Amino acid sequence: MEMLWFWIVSVMVAIYSVMDGFDFGAGILHLFVARSNEERRQVLAAIGPLWDGNEVWLLAGGGAMFMAFPKVLASGFSGFYLAMFLVLWCLALRGISIEFRSHVGDVMWRAFWDLVFAVASILLPVLLGAAIGNVIRGVPLDATGYFNIPLFTDFTAGNPVGILDWYTVLTGVLVLVTLTGHGAAFLAWKTDGPVQARCLKAALPLWGAVAVLWAAATLATAQVAPAVFQGWAQSPLAWLGTVIYLAGLAAVFLGFRARKHLLAFLGSSAFILGLLAASAASVWPVMLRSTLNPDWNLTARNASVAAAGLQKGFVWWSIGFLIVLGYFAMLFRLFRGKVRAAAEGEGY
Amino acid sequence: MGDPLFWHRLQFGFTATFHYIFPQLTMGLAFLIAVFKGLGLRQGNERFNDAARFWIRILGISFAVGVVTGIPLEFQFGTDWARFSTYSGGVIGQTLGMEGMFAFFLESSFLGLLVWGEKRFGPRLHFLAAVALFAGSWLSGYFIVATDAFMQHPVGYALAANGTLQLASFWGFVLNPWAIIQYLHTMMGAVVTGSFVVAAVGAYWVLRGIHPGPAALNLKAGVLAGLVASLLVAMPTGDLQGKLVARHQPLTLAAMEGRFQSGPRAGMNVIGQPNVAAHRLDNPIRLPGVLSFIAYGSFSADVKGLDAFPQDQWPTSIEPLYYSFHIMVGLGTLFIALMGLSALLLHKALQPQRWLLWILMLAFPFPFIANTAGWMTTELGRQPWLLYGLMRTSEGSSQLVHGGETVFTLLGFMGLYLVLGLLFLMLIGREVAHGPVPSHNEH
Repeated sequence: MEMLWFWIVSVMVAIYSVMDGFDFGAGILHLFVARSNEERRQVLAAIGPLWDGNEVWLLAGGGAMFMAFPKVLASGFSGFYLAMFLVLWCLALRGISIEFRSHVGDVMWRAFWDLVFAVASILLPVLLGAAIGNVIRGVPLDATGYFNIPLFTDFTAGNPVGILDWYTVLTGVLVLVTLTGHGAAFLAWKTDGPVQARCLKAALPLWGAVAVLWAAATLATAQVAPAVFQGWAQSPLAWLGTVIYLAGLAAVFLGFRARKHLLAFLGSSAFILGLLAASAASVWPVMLRSTLNPDWNLTARNASVAAAGLQKGFVWWSIGFLIVLGYFAMLFRLFRGKVRAAAEGEGY
Repeated sequence: MGDPLFWHRLQFGFTATFHYIFPQLTMGLAFLIAVFKGLGLRQGNERFNDAARFWIRILGISFAVGVVTGIPLEFQFGTDWARFSTYSGGVIGQTLGMEGMFAFFLESSFLGLLVWGEKRFGPRLHFLAAVALFAGSWLSGYFIVATDAFMQHPVGYALAANGTLQLASFWGFVLNPWAIIQYLHTMMGAVVTGSFVVAAVGAYWVLRGIHPGPAALNLKAGVLAGLVASLLVAMPTGDLQGKLVARHQPLTLAAMEGRFQSGPRAGMNVIGQPNVAAHRLDNPIRLPGVLSFIAYGSFSADVKGLDAFPQDQWPTSIEPLYYSFHIMVGLGTLFIALMGLSALLLHKALQPQRWLLWILMLAFPFPFIANTAGWMTTELGRQPWLLYGLMRTSEGSSQLVHGGETVFTLLGFMGLYLVLGLLFLMLIGREVAHGPVPSHNEH
């Protein structure tokens, strides 16, 4: 049951990364690929009906973690205190910038919110990527199972660690560039005209950078967290994840070459899912690794709630998950096809 | 102020109080919009759809601010109240997890359809989206109130060997009687807010002499819904809530009323200032026997005062608790009077009185104050406990988070929320000044 919930939480985080990932990518890219107000609104219309629901995967994933592994949530959130609030403020600014922009027609008003949207969309992937880096590198959990670290110390990956060091900044940049490429794939699929053309132009260099950064991050992980690297070598699931993300990467390049935009988007989604699945399989069962003493690790086994709670939770979670799949199928169907810039007042 | 606990409490209190301005409006409006859309579909009358379209624009803004200010509350369970989350997550994780799966996805999936989909998807799907948003926001309210109810009156749990709380009875916990009563009371409070806002906008347009059709409809709908909700928030829901507190938290009741001495025929204080150091209420104006009646259904019933309990268990902030409760009850009484009078006069006279319209227009902030005061009563009344009888507030905070971090993030929230609040008022003001958007001229 603990293993099941470990994977439920991991899958929800992975879905969040894929779904909100293209919102971040669109937010980063829109300043460059969409120049006029009509083009900006075309980008917003592409993510408009979806972004709010996409963000819920983060909240629901957090809720699932609270339900199954409250100790991990309590320890991680209080340990990464300042970074958590930076994430919160960026999420707030991102949501407000999308919703408030359309309510006033003024040029300066819109330019301001476009910039806020882009800055928040850049900072969020870096912070979330750094969070993944922290989980892989480990944190100074003490015997009580808590820790608290500053935003940065000396940028080395050794104790005393900070949230940002060379390794976690590297994973942050990897996630930033990946989600930018993911956003380019999404917009190439969902838009047409100049926006699509500019996305296609940016896509190949972006995904080339992803490949380089992925290789660098993999080598760095072998050095910073050898235990995780060994876990990867020994886990069949991690190998499966690796196959998926390598196939995804190949599909991205193939898709862009062959002008099959949906294939490229599915490929970039598979790359993100596979990479996260491989990472989760490599750290299992550790959820937060102690840099001080391996006995103080928080694992899916020692940090989970009692079996009764996990079982009850699984019943409602399964029902809820099926309903949610229905919502998303409905949304993608209702808003299928290319988005074109809508008349003022009818969309974003 | 040197104690980190003070800052944790202030941050949660501030962010929660600011947040709740928006959901009470959203939940109230979501109900009224669903009613408007239902009437529009049934009667085929465009004026209901016109009214709904205007309020959906207001709802969209309010919902967005509600979402971004709500997320920090969920996060703060982990960041600021780590020991509480570890201790109680085995139970309250259930409702918080369900809120995400059953309420948030429902709301977020249909909000876009509601705000942008009227023309594209037709009246039936648009009505469905209105109902879905109503259901989602009211479901979300239930999960949060059920979580709070567990903190007020813990049921359905067992203490595990590792010293944490674990789920013993799922339905016992989810259907906590405290949750059901508090939920009905809270939701009626939200409808009061929504209907006062609708009535205020209607009154403003009538006074200005603009948009005569929508103005009259909003005025009528707001006053009617406002009267019904103002009555229901007092009787039976508020009354039942009071009896629940009297039964399970007699100490809280004594502090809410500023009652320092025990005894029979307890009076209800209309006004007065609690002097905690001297253990008495200064300048009291009292309705004799009323508190006994409200709490136990008999004018002569014995009601315990603060003196019946050890002082280290008294709520830590008796003065604000006392005032919150009295502001809530006082305003609630005035709401019934105002809406009752308005309904009567609007019904009798075809041309409504201008002085009354002025009052209705200016009354809209007060339900926000009453709802806030209600939550203050609930949460201050729970002190010194975080989980009533199980965990004190001082035992629940994150120990390793230092004051330098909490003050930093609190100041950040204050700045961000000041800007958000001003932008919200500006955008709502623009919408009200702009008026309703007819369907044939959508732009």
